[in-house]
Amino acid sequence: MLGHGSGGKLSAELIRDVFLPALRNPVLARLDDQAIVSVNGQRLAITTDSFVVKPLFFPGGDIGSLAVHGTVNDLAMGGATPLFLSSAFIIEEGFSIAELRRIVNSMQQAAAAAGVEVVTGDTKVVERGKGDGVFINTTGIGLVPNGVELSANRARPGDKVLLSGSIGEHGIAILAQREGLEFETQIQSDSAALHTLVADMLVAAREIRCMRDPTRGGVSSALNEIAAQSGVGIQLEEHEIPVCEEVRGACELLGLDPLYVANEGKLIAIVAPAAAQALFKRCGVIRWD
Amino acid sequence: MKYLDEYRDARIAQALVAQIVQHTTRPWVLMEICGGQTHTIMRYGIDELLPCGIELVHGPGCPVCVTPLETIDKSIELALRPDVILVSYGDMLRVPGSHSDLLRAKSQGADVRIAYSPTEAVKIARSNPDRKVVFLAIGFETTAPANAMAAWQAKRQGLNNFSLLVSHVLVPPAIRALMVSDTNRVQGFIAPGHVCTVMGCKEYEDLVRDFRVPIVVGGFEPVDILEAILMLVRQLEAGEAKLENQYVRSVSYAGNLPAQQIMTEVFEVADQKWRGIGSIPQSGLRLREEYASFDADRVFDLGEITVDEPAECISAQVLRGLKKPPECPAFGMRCTPENPLGAPMVSAEGACAAYYHYRRHPVAS
Repeated sequence: MLGHGSGGKLSAELIRDVFLPALRNPVLARLDDQAIVSVNGQRLAITTDSFVVKPLFFPGGDIGSLAVHGTVNDLAMGGATPLFLSSAFIIEEGFSIAELRRIVNSMQQAAAAAGVEVVTGDTKVVERGKGDGVFINTTGIGLVPNGVELSANRARPGDKVLLSGSIGEHGIAILAQREGLEFETQIQSDSAALHTLVADMLVAAREIRCMRDPTRGGVSSALNEIAAQSGVGIQLEEHEIPVCEEVRGACELLGLDPLYVANEGKLIAIVAPAAAQALFKRCGVIRWD
Repeated sequence: MKYLDEYRDARIAQALVAQIVQHTTRPWVLMEICGGQTHTIMRYGIDELLPCGIELVHGPGCPVCVTPLETIDKSIELALRPDVILVSYGDMLRVPGSHSDLLRAKSQGADVRIAYSPTEAVKIARSNPDRKVVFLAIGFETTAPANAMAAWQAKRQGLNNFSLLVSHVLVPPAIRALMVSDTNRVQGFIAPGHVCTVMGCKEYEDLVRDFRVPIVVGGFEPVDILEAILMLVRQLEAGEAKLENQYVRSVSYAGNLPAQQIMTEVFEVADQKWRGIGSIPQSGLRLREEYASFDADRVFDLGEITVDEPAECISAQVLRGLKKPPECPAFGMRCTPENPLGAPMVSAEGACAAYYHYRRHPVAS
């Protein structure tokens, strides 16, 4: 029987036990956030993600912008330049057209800001009670520049872990909104597209082993995946990890560990020691070892 | 963050450790009652900082862990009824009953909802007049006032579709039961700071006097725990047995009187079964006769459920401080937070979960 996924160990087991054995091929088996395939000498990145966020609207974004950022970021983590998106909507019967319009407009704005176009789509309406307002799936396609090789199995002993900013804001913003928790200052989701930062980083340093955007399951789950796939251990200095006061406070109150809380606009990079300095100077990426 | 950073300060912690080392001349066995304190000890490696003569054994203060198997089974049975909405604190959902858990019931279609406060369950009852809303009211003295408040509100609002499935336990009778047991090794207690925030320190005077055992009310941050240990060691080394309060920023001698008042209005003290420990006289709370119509045990015909623990699980010994989690052959192998055999592996306050999360150990591959 299926439990509810948190992006952690349970999801990993589901992939390992159900999906991989049935669908196994060398590209899928890499289990990166995106597949990279060669077509006529060009390397294409493909990724897909489904968005079932509740609430649909939250401080700092909504399901529409999130569906763009999530997929753009999954492409970017492979070093790809995002080009085109598809979007499929599963809409519950009776859902407000005004809210749907708001979501689609937000999607358009996020796509325009990220420089990608939604070039195909699909809509399905399901009976009332068989959906939760709106579910969105987006698939993204992008081009990987020559020489860029990012994969979760490339981390080596001695590498450094970089983080692009403070963690936990998206998860706490969603939780606070969903549970009606009120804090003195409203925590905004960090939902944002990361491909421009990734492009800058790839220019600044060659020896970047892999990148991950620590979404569901947070920084810990992302680093655990990298550690498992690369066969390395990863040590973090807890006090070096930036967590804003509001998120820290909320986590203390709710008994959560910020390392396991979702982000939607942050990236982790595993880089060679020399690259860490260059990236730190050029891109202002926050560093910790 | 104020009240947190200074209580996690490594230099203060090291200074306290140095003082503990300086004062310790003999081995002592201390018990922290609360599972929250156990987690702090494991998370910050406090047991590894102490002089080797000082042993910390982990107490029964994990509300989820001591909730009887029968109560979990009853909650699952209720949740599976189509007319019932079962509302619970989140950490109860994965706790194994005898054959299922609430999360599995939820995936079978049961309407199980998570709440941070029991008064949310009252709101759910008000907005679903055609359904019966049951709140799984478990815990120590810490959660009792809020659970009492939910029953009080429901009564005042004249709700007839709200009830509590109650399994409330009290700390002082549990300490008494430990002290009179033949197997007891504990020589000093860190009393639970959150329970004492509600009940005050005064309840522990009798235990100190009756058993000549030092009790220090302690907080939950690493500096709190170390200071409480130092206070206990000083007393033990001096041959004293006193009640002391380390957690002065939260706990007073008399406690939170309005909270105690609503508890007394709604609940009365009763005999209570503890999972893994057995029945302890006058160690729990049940709803008073005036609140009988809000008592799920009396509202629903649940019958008598008696069940056994999985034979392999040693949580009974863990909860009494007789064994440590890694001594269990199933620990980390056949028993993990994802597939727990016993409640201490599930709860954020369970000793097995604390060892699993913060210690190196063999794991199932």
